[in-house]
Amino acid sequence: MSLLDQGIFEIAKKVRSGEVSAKTVATEALARAKNKNKELNAFITLTDDQALEQAEKVDRMVSQKRDPGLLAGVPVGIKDILLTKGVRTTAGSKILENFVPPYSSTVVEKLEAAGAITIGKTNLDEFAMGASNENSAFGPVKNPWDTSRVPGGSSGGSAAAVAARLVPGAIGTDTGGSIREPAAFCGLTGIKPTYGRVSRYGVVAFASSLDQVGPMTHSVQDAALMLQAISGKDPKDSTTAVQAVPDFSKALVKNVKGFKVGLPKEYFADGIEPEVRAAVDNAIAVLKSQGAEIVPLSLPLTSHGIAVYYLIAPCEASSNLARYDGVKYGHRSKDSKDLMDLYCRSRGEGFGAEPKRRIMLGTFALSSGYYDAYYKKACQVRRLLRDDFVKAFKQVDVIAAPVATGPAFKLGEKADDPLAMYLNDIFTLPPSLAGIPALSVNCGFTKSGLPIGFQLMAKHWDEEKIIQAAFTVEQNLGLAPRRPHGF
Amino acid sequence: MAVSEETIRKIAHLARLELTEKEVQTYSKQLTGILDYVSQLSKVDTTGVEPLVTATDMAVNFREDKVEPSLSPDDLLSNAPDRSGNLFKVPPVL
Repeated sequence: MSLLDQGIFEIAKKVRSGEVSAKTVATEALARAKNKNKELNAFITLTDDQALEQAEKVDRMVSQKRDPGLLAGVPVGIKDILLTKGVRTTAGSKILENFVPPYSSTVVEKLEAAGAITIGKTNLDEFAMGASNENSAFGPVKNPWDTSRVPGGSSGGSAAAVAARLVPGAIGTDTGGSIREPAAFCGLTGIKPTYGRVSRYGVVAFASSLDQVGPMTHSVQDAALMLQAISGKDPKDSTTAVQAVPDFSKALVKNVKGFKVGLPKEYFADGIEPEVRAAVDNAIAVLKSQGAEIVPLSLPLTSHGIAVYYLIAPCEASSNLARYDGVKYGHRSKDSKDLMDLYCRSRGEGFGAEPKRRIMLGTFALSSGYYDAYYKKACQVRRLLRDDFVKAFKQVDVIAAPVATGPAFKLGEKADDPLAMYLNDIFTLPPSLAGIPALSVNCGFTKSGLPIGFQLMAKHWDEEKIIQAAFTVEQNLGLAPRRPHGF
Repeated sequence: MAVSEETIRKIAHLARLELTEKEVQTYSKQLTGILDYVSQLSKVDTTGVEPLVTATDMAVNFREDKVEPSLSPDDLLSNAPDRSGNLFKVPPVL
Protein backbone atom coordinates (compact mmCIF):
# COMPACT_ATOMS: atom_id res chain seq x y z
CA MET A 1 0.00 0.00 0.00
CA SER A 2 1.27 3.44 -0.89
CA LEU A 3 1.91 5.94 1.87
CA LEU A 4 -0.49 8.29 0.12
CA ASP A 5 -3.36 5.83 0.65
CA GLN A 6 -3.06 6.13 4.40
CA GLY A 7 -4.64 9.48 4.99
CA ILE A 8 -3.55 12.60 6.81
CA PHE A 9 -3.82 11.30 10.36
CA GLU A 10 -1.67 8.22 9.68
CA ILE A 11 0.97 10.03 7.61
CA ALA A 12 1.41 12.75 10.25
CA LYS A 13 1.69 10.11 12.98
CA LYS A 14 4.38 8.20 11.06
CA VAL A 15 6.36 11.32 10.21
CA ARG A 16 6.21 12.62 13.78
CA SER A 17 7.44 9.30 15.18
CA GLY A 18 10.25 9.21 12.64
CA GLU A 19 8.96 5.99 11.05
CA VAL A 20 8.80 7.69 7.65
CA SER A 21 10.56 10.84 6.53
CA ALA A 22 8.58 13.79 5.23
CA LYS A 23 10.94 13.84 2.26
CA THR A 24 9.98 10.27 1.30
CA VAL A 25 6.28 11.15 1.40
CA ALA A 26 6.75 14.41 -0.53
CA THR A 27 8.90 12.70 -3.18
CA GLU A 28 6.26 10.02 -3.67
CA ALA A 29 3.43 12.57 -3.89
CA LEU A 30 5.32 14.68 -6.43
CA ALA A 31 6.14 11.65 -8.58
CA ARG A 32 2.54 10.46 -8.50
CA ALA A 33 1.15 13.92 -9.25
CA LYS A 34 3.49 14.26 -12.25
CA ASN A 35 2.55 10.86 -13.55
CA LYS A 36 -1.22 11.22 -13.22
CA ASN A 37 -1.69 14.90 -13.94
CA LYS A 38 -1.70 14.34 -17.71
CA GLU A 39 -4.93 12.40 -17.40
CA LEU A 40 -6.62 14.61 -14.83
CA ASN A 41 -5.26 18.17 -15.21
CA ALA A 42 -5.77 18.53 -11.46
CA PHE A 43 -2.69 20.71 -10.88
CA ILE A 44 -1.85 23.98 -12.63
CA THR A 45 1.58 24.25 -10.96
CA LEU A 46 3.72 21.73 -9.06
CA THR A 47 6.16 23.14 -6.52
CA ASP A 48 8.92 20.51 -6.29
CA ASP A 49 11.73 22.60 -4.85
CA GLN A 50 9.62 24.28 -2.25
CA ALA A 51 7.98 21.02 -1.21
CA LEU A 52 11.30 19.27 -0.69
CA GLU A 53 12.64 22.23 1.24
CA GLN A 54 9.59 22.17 3.54
CA ALA A 55 9.92 18.41 3.97
CA GLU A 56 13.58 18.73 4.97
CA LYS A 57 12.58 21.29 7.56
CA VAL A 58 9.99 18.92 9.04
CA ASP A 59 12.52 16.06 9.09
CA ARG A 60 15.06 18.30 10.81
CA MET A 61 12.50 19.13 13.50
CA VAL A 62 11.73 15.45 14.01
CA SER A 63 15.42 14.61 14.40
CA GLN A 64 15.83 17.47 16.87
CA LYS A 65 12.82 16.19 18.86
CA ARG A 66 10.88 19.39 18.18
CA ASP A 67 7.14 19.21 17.44
CA PRO A 68 6.73 19.48 13.65
CA GLY A 69 2.97 20.13 13.95
CA LEU A 70 -0.44 18.60 13.51
CA LEU A 71 0.05 17.96 9.77
CA ALA A 72 3.71 16.95 9.90
CA GLY A 73 4.90 15.86 6.47
CA VAL A 74 1.41 15.68 4.96
CA PRO A 75 1.48 16.59 1.24
CA VAL A 76 -1.37 18.91 0.34
CA GLY A 77 -2.77 20.60 -2.75
CA ILE A 78 -3.76 24.25 -2.55
CA LYS A 79 -6.55 25.60 -4.74
CA ASP A 80 -4.86 28.09 -7.02
CA ILE A 81 -6.90 30.96 -5.63
CA LEU A 82 -4.94 31.11 -2.37
CA LEU A 83 -1.82 33.24 -2.63
CA THR A 84 1.50 31.45 -2.22
CA LYS A 85 4.55 33.68 -1.82
CA GLY A 86 6.88 33.31 -4.78
CA VAL A 87 4.65 30.70 -6.47
CA ARG A 88 2.44 31.74 -9.37
CA THR A 89 -1.21 32.09 -8.38
CA THR A 90 -3.61 32.25 -11.32
CA ALA A 91 -7.15 31.93 -9.92
CA GLY A 92 -7.69 29.84 -13.07
CA SER A 93 -7.64 33.01 -15.14
CA LYS A 94 -5.60 34.26 -18.06
CA ILE A 95 -5.67 37.69 -16.43
CA LEU A 96 -3.42 36.36 -13.60
CA GLU A 97 -1.44 33.94 -15.80
CA ASN A 98 1.90 35.40 -14.68
CA PHE A 99 1.02 36.68 -11.23
CA VAL A 100 3.59 35.80 -8.55
CA PRO A 101 2.32 36.99 -5.15
CA PRO A 102 4.73 38.75 -2.79
CA TYR A 103 3.01 37.22 0.25
CA SER A 104 1.11 34.07 1.27
CA SER A 105 -2.48 33.68 2.39
CA THR A 106 -2.99 33.06 6.11
CA VAL A 107 -4.34 29.55 5.41
CA VAL A 108 -1.17 28.57 3.53
CA GLU A 109 0.98 30.00 6.32
CA LYS A 110 -1.00 28.08 8.93
CA LEU A 111 -0.71 24.82 6.96
CA GLU A 112 3.03 25.26 6.61
CA ALA A 113 3.35 26.14 10.31
CA ALA A 114 1.50 22.88 11.05
CA GLY A 115 4.10 20.95 9.05
CA ALA A 116 2.09 20.35 5.86
CA ILE A 117 4.00 20.11 2.57
CA THR A 118 2.55 22.15 -0.30
CA ILE A 119 3.18 20.11 -3.43
CA GLY A 120 1.23 22.25 -5.86
CA LYS A 121 -1.58 24.57 -6.87
CA THR A 122 -4.79 22.92 -8.00
CA ASN A 123 -6.97 23.75 -10.97
CA LEU A 124 -10.33 25.52 -10.54
CA ASP A 125 -13.08 27.34 -12.37
CA GLU A 126 -11.89 30.84 -13.21
CA PHE A 127 -12.16 32.98 -10.04
CA ALA A 128 -14.04 30.03 -8.47
CA MET A 129 -17.02 30.71 -10.74
CA GLY A 130 -18.49 27.40 -11.78
CA ALA A 131 -19.74 24.00 -10.70
CA SER A 132 -17.87 21.78 -13.17
CA ASN A 133 -14.30 23.07 -13.46
CA GLU A 134 -14.91 23.60 -17.18
CA ASN A 135 -14.45 27.37 -16.80
CA SER A 136 -10.69 27.20 -16.17
CA ALA A 137 -8.33 29.06 -18.52
CA PHE A 138 -6.00 26.08 -17.94
CA GLY A 139 -8.45 23.49 -19.27
CA PRO A 140 -11.06 21.27 -17.62
CA VAL A 141 -10.28 18.76 -14.85
CA LYS A 142 -11.37 15.13 -15.24
CA ASN A 143 -13.15 13.12 -12.56
CA PRO A 144 -10.96 10.13 -11.57
CA TRP A 145 -14.07 7.97 -11.07
CA ASP A 146 -14.98 8.47 -14.75
CA THR A 147 -12.73 10.67 -16.84
CA SER A 148 -15.56 11.52 -19.25
CA ARG A 149 -17.24 13.34 -16.36
CA VAL A 150 -16.63 16.58 -14.48
CA PRO A 151 -15.10 16.51 -10.98
CA GLY A 152 -17.48 19.28 -9.89
CA GLY A 153 -16.40 22.81 -9.21
CA SER A 154 -15.10 25.18 -8.52
CA SER A 155 -12.58 23.26 -6.36
CA GLY A 156 -12.41 20.53 -9.02
CA GLY A 157 -8.62 20.19 -9.12
CA SER A 158 -8.44 19.78 -5.34
CA ALA A 159 -11.20 17.15 -5.44
CA ALA A 160 -9.64 15.17 -8.31
CA ALA A 161 -6.16 15.30 -6.73
CA VAL A 162 -7.44 13.81 -3.47
CA ALA A 163 -9.77 11.26 -5.13
CA ALA A 164 -6.89 10.01 -7.31
CA ARG A 165 -4.68 9.84 -4.20
CA LEU A 166 -2.10 12.28 -5.48
CA VAL A 167 -2.42 14.00 -2.10
CA PRO A 168 -4.33 12.89 1.02
CA GLY A 169 -5.89 16.33 1.44
CA ALA A 170 -6.39 19.60 -0.36
CA ILE A 171 -7.69 23.07 0.32
CA GLY A 172 -10.78 24.31 -1.47
CA THR A 173 -12.93 27.40 -1.28
CA ASP A 174 -16.72 27.44 -1.15
CA THR A 175 -18.81 30.44 -2.14
CA GLY A 176 -22.00 28.60 -3.09
CA GLY A 177 -21.03 24.93 -2.97
CA SER A 178 -17.53 24.87 -4.45
CA ILE A 179 -16.15 22.52 -1.76
CA ARG A 180 -19.24 20.39 -1.13
CA GLU A 181 -20.29 19.66 -4.72
CA PRO A 182 -16.85 18.49 -5.96
CA ALA A 183 -16.40 16.53 -2.71
CA ALA A 184 -19.72 14.78 -3.46
CA PHE A 185 -18.82 14.15 -7.13
CA CYS A 186 -15.42 12.70 -6.15
CA GLY A 187 -16.43 10.69 -3.06
CA LEU A 188 -14.70 12.88 -0.44
CA THR A 189 -15.41 14.72 2.77
CA GLY A 190 -15.48 18.48 2.23
CA ILE A 191 -16.26 21.09 4.88
CA LYS A 192 -17.45 24.63 4.32
CA PRO A 193 -16.94 26.17 7.76
CA THR A 194 -19.03 28.94 9.30
CA TYR A 195 -18.41 32.28 7.59
CA GLY A 196 -15.65 33.83 9.72
CA ARG A 197 -14.15 30.58 11.02
CA VAL A 198 -11.24 30.58 8.55
CA SER A 199 -9.26 33.59 7.38
CA ARG A 200 -9.78 34.86 3.84
CA TYR A 201 -6.60 36.96 3.91
CA GLY A 202 -4.71 36.28 0.69
CA VAL A 203 -7.60 34.46 -0.94
CA VAL A 204 -8.44 36.01 -4.31
CA ALA A 205 -11.86 37.53 -3.61
CA PHE A 206 -14.93 36.42 -5.56
CA ALA A 207 -17.96 37.23 -3.38
CA SER A 208 -16.68 38.51 -0.05
CA SER A 209 -19.84 37.98 2.01
CA LEU A 210 -19.88 34.29 1.01
CA ASP A 211 -16.31 33.05 0.38
CA GLN A 212 -14.95 30.52 2.87
CA VAL A 213 -11.91 28.22 2.83
CA GLY A 214 -12.12 24.57 3.89
CA PRO A 215 -10.59 21.09 3.75
CA MET A 216 -11.21 18.27 1.25
CA THR A 217 -10.07 14.82 2.36
CA HIS A 218 -10.96 11.13 2.26
CA SER A 219 -12.11 10.69 5.84
CA VAL A 220 -14.08 12.79 8.29
CA GLN A 221 -11.23 12.50 10.79
CA ASP A 222 -8.76 13.94 8.28
CA ALA A 223 -11.12 16.81 7.45
CA ALA A 224 -11.50 17.65 11.15
CA LEU A 225 -7.72 17.65 11.55
CA MET A 226 -7.13 19.90 8.56
CA LEU A 227 -9.91 22.26 9.66
CA GLN A 228 -8.24 22.47 13.08
CA ALA A 229 -5.01 23.61 11.48
CA ILE A 230 -6.54 26.43 9.42
CA SER A 231 -9.24 27.84 11.75
CA GLY A 232 -9.08 30.86 13.98
CA LYS A 233 -8.96 34.59 14.34
CA ASP A 234 -6.66 36.46 11.98
CA PRO A 235 -5.78 40.09 12.61
CA LYS A 236 -5.46 40.43 8.83
CA ASP A 237 -9.10 39.49 8.17
CA SER A 238 -11.53 41.56 10.21
CA THR A 239 -14.37 39.15 9.39
CA THR A 240 -12.72 36.24 11.23
CA ALA A 241 -14.42 35.29 14.47
CA VAL A 242 -13.22 36.03 17.96
CA GLN A 243 -14.82 32.74 19.10
CA ALA A 244 -12.35 30.16 20.37
CA VAL A 245 -11.76 27.23 18.03
CA PRO A 246 -13.01 24.00 19.59
CA ASP A 247 -11.01 20.77 19.51
CA PHE A 248 -12.74 19.21 16.51
CA SER A 249 -11.26 15.77 17.22
CA LYS A 250 -13.55 15.56 20.27
CA ALA A 251 -16.50 15.51 17.85
CA LEU A 252 -15.26 12.24 16.29
CA VAL A 253 -17.93 10.18 18.05
CA LYS A 254 -19.55 7.20 16.33
CA ASN A 255 -23.12 7.88 17.40
CA VAL A 256 -25.59 10.74 17.52
CA LYS A 257 -27.47 9.95 20.72
CA GLY A 258 -29.75 12.82 21.65
CA PHE A 259 -29.40 14.54 18.24
CA LYS A 260 -32.41 15.89 16.43
CA VAL A 261 -31.91 15.66 12.67
CA GLY A 262 -34.10 17.93 10.54
CA LEU A 263 -35.22 16.90 7.06
CA PRO A 264 -36.50 19.92 5.13
CA LYS A 265 -39.10 18.71 2.64
CA GLU A 266 -37.90 21.20 0.01
CA TYR A 267 -34.58 19.29 -0.23
CA PHE A 268 -36.35 16.01 -0.90
CA ALA A 269 -38.71 17.14 -3.65
CA ASP A 270 -39.07 15.59 -7.11
CA GLY A 271 -36.12 15.89 -9.45
CA ILE A 272 -33.60 14.01 -7.34
CA GLU A 273 -32.24 10.97 -9.14
CA PRO A 274 -33.50 7.75 -7.48
CA GLU A 275 -30.02 6.36 -6.76
CA VAL A 276 -29.04 9.61 -5.00
CA ARG A 277 -32.27 9.58 -3.04
CA ALA A 278 -31.74 5.97 -1.95
CA ALA A 279 -28.17 6.59 -0.77
CA VAL A 280 -29.18 9.74 1.14
CA ASP A 281 -32.13 7.89 2.73
CA ASN A 282 -29.72 5.15 3.75
CA ALA A 283 -27.42 7.68 5.48
CA ILE A 284 -30.44 9.12 7.32
CA ALA A 285 -31.40 5.61 8.42
CA VAL A 286 -27.88 5.21 9.87
CA LEU A 287 -28.29 8.42 11.89
CA LYS A 288 -31.63 7.14 13.15
CA SER A 289 -30.21 3.76 14.12
CA GLN A 290 -27.37 5.50 15.97
CA GLY A 291 -29.68 7.47 18.22
CA ALA A 292 -31.00 10.45 16.26
CA GLU A 293 -34.58 11.60 16.29
CA ILE A 294 -35.77 12.57 12.80
CA VAL A 295 -37.75 15.81 12.60
CA PRO A 296 -39.61 16.80 9.41
CA LEU A 297 -39.13 20.49 8.59
CA SER A 298 -39.95 23.10 6.02
CA LEU A 299 -37.59 25.78 4.67
CA PRO A 300 -40.00 27.40 2.24
CA LEU A 301 -37.54 29.88 0.67
CA THR A 302 -35.13 27.15 -0.48
CA SER A 303 -36.07 27.37 -4.14
CA HIS A 304 -35.35 31.13 -4.14
CA GLY A 305 -31.74 30.51 -3.04
CA ILE A 306 -30.54 30.36 -6.64
CA ALA A 307 -32.10 33.70 -7.56
CA VAL A 308 -30.75 35.37 -4.40
CA TYR A 309 -27.27 33.95 -4.94
CA TYR A 310 -27.07 34.73 -8.66
CA LEU A 311 -27.73 38.37 -7.86
CA ILE A 312 -25.61 38.84 -4.73
CA ALA A 313 -22.56 36.85 -5.88
CA PRO A 314 -22.27 38.59 -9.29
CA CYS A 315 -22.78 42.01 -7.65
CA GLU A 316 -19.95 41.37 -5.24
CA ALA A 317 -17.84 39.83 -8.01
CA SER A 318 -18.29 42.82 -10.31
CA SER A 319 -16.94 44.99 -7.52
CA ASN A 320 -14.10 42.65 -6.48
CA LEU A 321 -12.96 42.07 -10.06
CA ALA A 322 -12.72 45.81 -10.69
CA ARG A 323 -9.15 45.61 -9.35
CA TYR A 324 -7.93 43.84 -12.50
CA ASP A 325 -7.16 46.93 -14.50
CA GLY A 326 -3.91 46.08 -16.28
CA VAL A 327 -2.04 48.60 -14.14
CA LYS A 328 -1.03 47.12 -10.78
CA TYR A 329 -0.68 43.44 -11.74
CA GLY A 330 -2.13 40.95 -14.17
CA HIS A 331 -2.58 40.98 -17.93
CA ARG A 332 -2.05 44.26 -19.78
CA SER A 333 -3.21 44.66 -23.35
CA LYS A 334 -0.56 45.74 -25.83
CA ASP A 335 -0.95 48.90 -27.93
CA SER A 336 -3.70 50.65 -25.97
CA LYS A 337 -4.15 54.19 -27.19
CA ASP A 338 -5.09 55.68 -23.81
CA LEU A 339 -5.91 54.71 -20.22
CA MET A 340 -9.58 53.93 -20.83
CA ASP A 341 -8.63 51.74 -23.76
CA LEU A 342 -6.06 49.98 -21.56
CA TYR A 343 -8.69 49.13 -18.93
CA CYS A 344 -11.31 47.88 -21.38
CA ARG A 345 -8.93 45.86 -23.56
CA SER A 346 -6.93 44.33 -20.70
CA ARG A 347 -10.12 43.16 -19.04
CA GLY A 348 -11.78 42.07 -22.29
CA GLU A 349 -8.73 39.99 -23.22
CA GLY A 350 -7.96 38.67 -19.74
CA PHE A 351 -11.32 37.48 -18.41
CA GLY A 352 -13.04 34.33 -19.65
CA ALA A 353 -16.73 33.95 -20.48
CA GLU A 354 -18.06 33.20 -16.98
CA PRO A 355 -16.39 36.08 -15.08
CA LYS A 356 -17.47 38.40 -17.91
CA ARG A 357 -21.05 37.19 -17.64
CA ARG A 358 -21.05 37.73 -13.88
CA ILE A 359 -19.38 41.14 -14.10
CA MET A 360 -22.07 42.15 -16.61
CA LEU A 361 -24.90 40.76 -14.48
CA GLY A 362 -23.54 42.34 -11.29
CA THR A 363 -22.86 45.70 -12.90
CA PHE A 364 -26.38 45.68 -14.31
CA ALA A 365 -28.01 44.74 -10.97
CA LEU A 366 -26.06 47.47 -9.16
CA SER A 367 -26.66 50.15 -11.75
CA SER A 368 -28.82 53.18 -11.13
CA GLY A 369 -32.52 52.34 -11.45
CA TYR A 370 -32.09 48.58 -10.88
CA TYR A 371 -30.30 48.47 -7.51
CA ASP A 372 -33.47 48.31 -5.39
CA ALA A 373 -35.28 45.81 -7.59
CA TYR A 374 -32.36 43.39 -7.80
CA TYR A 375 -29.52 43.79 -5.29
CA LYS A 376 -31.53 45.16 -2.37
CA LYS A 377 -34.40 42.74 -2.95
CA ALA A 378 -31.96 39.80 -3.00
CA CYS A 379 -30.39 40.96 0.28
CA GLN A 380 -33.84 41.18 1.89
CA VAL A 381 -34.76 37.65 0.81
CA ARG A 382 -31.32 36.55 2.03
CA ARG A 383 -32.24 37.72 5.54
CA LEU A 384 -35.54 35.81 5.44
CA LEU A 385 -33.73 32.73 4.22
CA ARG A 386 -31.16 32.96 7.01
CA ASP A 387 -33.86 33.59 9.63
CA ASP A 388 -35.58 30.37 8.49
CA PHE A 389 -32.37 28.45 9.25
CA VAL A 390 -31.95 30.17 12.63
CA LYS A 391 -35.52 29.21 13.50
CA ALA A 392 -35.03 25.62 12.32
CA PHE A 393 -31.92 25.21 14.47
CA LYS A 394 -33.96 26.04 17.54
CA GLN A 395 -35.71 22.71 16.89
CA VAL A 396 -32.89 20.54 15.53
CA ASP A 397 -29.13 20.03 15.91
CA VAL A 398 -28.35 19.31 12.29
CA ILE A 399 -30.14 19.40 8.96
CA ALA A 400 -29.58 16.57 6.47
CA ALA A 401 -29.99 16.85 2.70
CA PRO A 402 -28.53 15.76 -0.62
CA VAL A 403 -25.61 17.81 -2.02
CA ALA A 404 -26.81 17.67 -5.62
CA THR A 405 -29.72 16.16 -7.50
CA GLY A 406 -27.46 13.72 -9.35
CA PRO A 407 -23.89 12.38 -9.48
CA ALA A 408 -21.12 13.92 -11.61
CA PHE A 409 -22.37 14.87 -15.06
CA LYS A 410 -20.62 14.52 -18.41
CA LEU A 411 -18.03 17.06 -19.55
CA GLY A 412 -19.78 19.49 -21.90
CA GLU A 413 -23.28 18.46 -20.82
CA LYS A 414 -24.20 21.84 -19.28
CA ALA A 415 -21.35 23.98 -20.56
CA ASP A 416 -23.41 26.04 -23.02
CA ASP A 417 -26.33 26.80 -20.74
CA PRO A 418 -25.36 29.00 -17.77
CA LEU A 419 -28.79 28.79 -16.13
CA ALA A 420 -28.79 24.96 -16.22
CA MET A 421 -25.36 25.06 -14.58
CA TYR A 422 -26.58 27.50 -11.91
CA LEU A 423 -29.59 25.28 -11.08
CA ASN A 424 -27.13 22.55 -10.15
CA ASP A 425 -26.33 24.53 -6.97
CA ILE A 426 -29.86 24.45 -5.55
CA PHE A 427 -29.01 22.49 -2.36
CA THR A 428 -25.62 24.07 -1.61
CA LEU A 429 -26.49 27.76 -1.98
CA PRO A 430 -28.83 28.31 0.99
CA PRO A 431 -26.25 27.37 3.71
CA SER A 432 -23.73 29.68 2.02
CA LEU A 433 -26.19 32.57 2.00
CA ALA A 434 -26.97 31.92 5.69
CA GLY A 435 -23.25 31.66 6.56
CA ILE A 436 -23.76 28.38 8.42
CA PRO A 437 -21.32 25.44 8.37
CA ALA A 438 -22.11 22.61 5.97
CA LEU A 439 -20.26 19.56 4.73
CA SER A 440 -20.47 16.74 2.24
CA VAL A 441 -19.61 13.17 3.18
CA ASN A 442 -19.68 10.19 0.84
CA CYS A 443 -22.75 8.00 1.40
CA GLY A 444 -22.50 5.50 -1.43
CA PHE A 445 -22.14 4.96 -5.16
CA THR A 446 -24.42 4.63 -8.16
CA LYS A 447 -24.58 1.28 -9.96
CA SER A 448 -22.20 2.70 -12.54
CA GLY A 449 -19.69 3.51 -9.79
CA LEU A 450 -20.13 7.26 -9.29
CA PRO A 451 -19.88 8.65 -5.74
CA ILE A 452 -22.88 10.21 -3.98
CA GLY A 453 -22.64 12.94 -1.34
CA PHE A 454 -24.64 13.50 1.83
CA GLN A 455 -24.96 17.06 3.11
CA LEU A 456 -25.12 18.09 6.78
CA MET A 457 -25.66 21.62 8.08
CA ALA A 458 -25.64 23.14 11.57
CA LYS A 459 -26.11 26.54 13.14
CA HIS A 460 -23.34 29.16 13.11
CA TRP A 461 -20.13 28.01 14.89
CA ASP A 462 -21.45 24.46 15.36
CA GLU A 463 -19.05 22.56 13.07
CA GLU A 464 -18.66 19.94 15.80
CA LYS A 465 -22.24 18.74 15.29
CA ILE A 466 -21.86 18.14 11.56
CA ILE A 467 -18.50 16.48 12.12
CA GLN A 468 -20.05 14.12 14.67
CA ALA A 469 -23.01 13.30 12.42
CA ALA A 470 -20.74 12.78 9.39
CA PHE A 471 -18.37 10.58 11.40
CA THR A 472 -21.36 8.51 12.59
CA VAL A 473 -22.51 8.01 8.99
CA GLU A 474 -19.02 7.17 7.74
CA GLN A 475 -18.23 4.73 10.55
CA ASN A 476 -21.57 2.90 10.55
CA LEU A 477 -22.43 2.86 6.86
CA GLY A 478 -20.01 0.01 6.25
CA LEU A 479 -19.04 0.97 2.72
CA ALA A 480 -16.34 -1.27 1.30
CA PRO A 481 -13.15 0.67 0.54
CA ARG A 482 -12.97 1.60 -3.13
CA ARG A 483 -10.67 3.55 -5.36
CA PRO A 484 -11.12 4.94 -8.85
CA HIS A 485 -10.04 2.46 -11.54
CA GLY A 486 -6.58 3.30 -12.88
CA PHE A 487 -5.71 5.51 -9.93
CA MET B 1 -37.26 42.05 -18.87
CA ALA B 2 -35.30 41.99 -22.10
CA VAL B 3 -31.76 43.33 -21.92
CA SER B 4 -31.11 45.00 -25.27
CA GLU B 5 -27.76 44.97 -27.04
CA GLU B 6 -27.61 48.70 -26.46
CA THR B 7 -27.98 48.18 -22.69
CA ILE B 8 -25.27 45.50 -22.82
CA ARG B 9 -22.89 47.99 -24.49
CA LYS B 10 -23.66 50.58 -21.83
CA ILE B 11 -23.12 48.11 -18.98
CA ALA B 12 -19.90 46.85 -20.59
CA HIS B 13 -18.62 50.41 -20.65
CA LEU B 14 -19.51 50.91 -16.98
CA ALA B 15 -17.64 47.68 -16.21
CA ARG B 16 -14.66 48.73 -18.39
CA LEU B 17 -15.01 45.56 -20.43
CA GLU B 18 -14.36 45.40 -24.15
CA LEU B 19 -16.79 42.95 -25.72
CA THR B 20 -16.94 41.57 -29.25
CA GLU B 21 -20.19 41.92 -31.23
CA LYS B 22 -20.77 38.21 -30.71
CA GLU B 23 -20.34 38.58 -26.94
CA VAL B 24 -22.80 41.50 -26.94
CA GLN B 25 -25.41 39.29 -28.63
CA THR B 26 -24.72 36.32 -26.33
CA TYR B 27 -24.88 38.34 -23.11
CA SER B 28 -28.01 40.13 -24.25
CA LYS B 29 -29.73 36.77 -24.62
CA GLN B 30 -28.25 35.19 -21.47
CA LEU B 31 -28.82 38.16 -19.16
CA THR B 32 -32.43 38.34 -20.36
CA GLY B 33 -32.86 34.67 -19.41
CA ILE B 34 -31.16 35.05 -16.03
CA LEU B 35 -33.08 38.21 -15.09
CA ASP B 36 -36.29 36.53 -16.13
CA TYR B 37 -35.43 33.67 -13.76
CA VAL B 38 -34.48 35.90 -10.80
CA SER B 39 -37.67 37.95 -11.18
CA GLN B 40 -39.32 35.21 -9.07
CA LEU B 41 -38.05 37.17 -6.04
CA SER B 42 -40.70 39.83 -6.63
CA LYS B 43 -43.21 37.27 -5.34
CA VAL B 44 -41.56 37.23 -1.89
CA ASP B 45 -43.04 39.78 0.51
CA THR B 46 -40.08 41.72 1.94
CA THR B 47 -41.96 44.70 3.35
CA GLY B 48 -39.94 46.16 6.21
CA VAL B 49 -37.14 43.56 5.94
CA GLU B 50 -33.67 44.96 6.57
CA PRO B 51 -31.30 43.81 3.76
CA LEU B 52 -28.70 41.29 4.97
CA VAL B 53 -25.36 42.21 3.45
CA THR B 54 -23.12 39.77 5.27
CA ALA B 55 -23.51 36.28 6.65
CA THR B 56 -23.04 36.78 10.38
CA ASP B 57 -23.96 39.54 12.78
CA MET B 58 -20.42 40.02 14.04
CA ALA B 59 -19.22 43.52 14.69
CA VAL B 60 -16.25 44.61 12.60
CA ASN B 61 -13.04 43.91 14.50
CA PHE B 62 -10.76 46.89 14.49
CA ARG B 63 -7.07 46.51 15.24
CA GLU B 64 -4.91 48.76 17.34
CA ASP B 65 -3.83 51.88 15.51
CA LYS B 66 -0.13 51.20 15.49
CA VAL B 67 2.55 50.89 12.84
CA GLU B 68 3.31 47.32 11.80
CA PRO B 69 5.68 45.95 9.19
CA SER B 70 4.24 45.74 5.70
CA LEU B 71 5.44 44.84 2.22
CA SER B 72 8.13 46.94 0.58
CA PRO B 73 7.28 49.11 -2.43
CA ASP B 74 9.50 46.83 -4.52
CA ASP B 75 7.48 43.76 -3.52
CA LEU B 76 4.23 45.54 -4.23
CA LEU B 77 5.39 46.73 -7.62
CA SER B 78 6.93 43.38 -8.56
CA ASN B 79 3.91 42.37 -10.68
CA ALA B 80 3.32 45.72 -12.35
CA PRO B 81 3.21 45.41 -16.15
CA ASP B 82 5.10 48.73 -16.37
CA ARG B 83 6.65 50.95 -13.74
CA SER B 84 8.79 54.01 -13.35
CA GLY B 85 10.67 53.99 -10.07
CA ASN B 86 8.09 53.43 -7.37
CA LEU B 87 5.19 54.43 -9.62
CA PHE B 88 2.83 52.45 -11.85
CA LYS B 89 3.21 53.59 -15.43
CA VAL B 90 0.16 53.95 -17.71
CA PRO B 91 -0.50 55.33 -21.20
CA PRO B 92 -1.65 58.96 -21.55
CA VAL B 93 -5.03 59.66 -19.93
CA LEU B 94 -6.04 62.07 -22.71
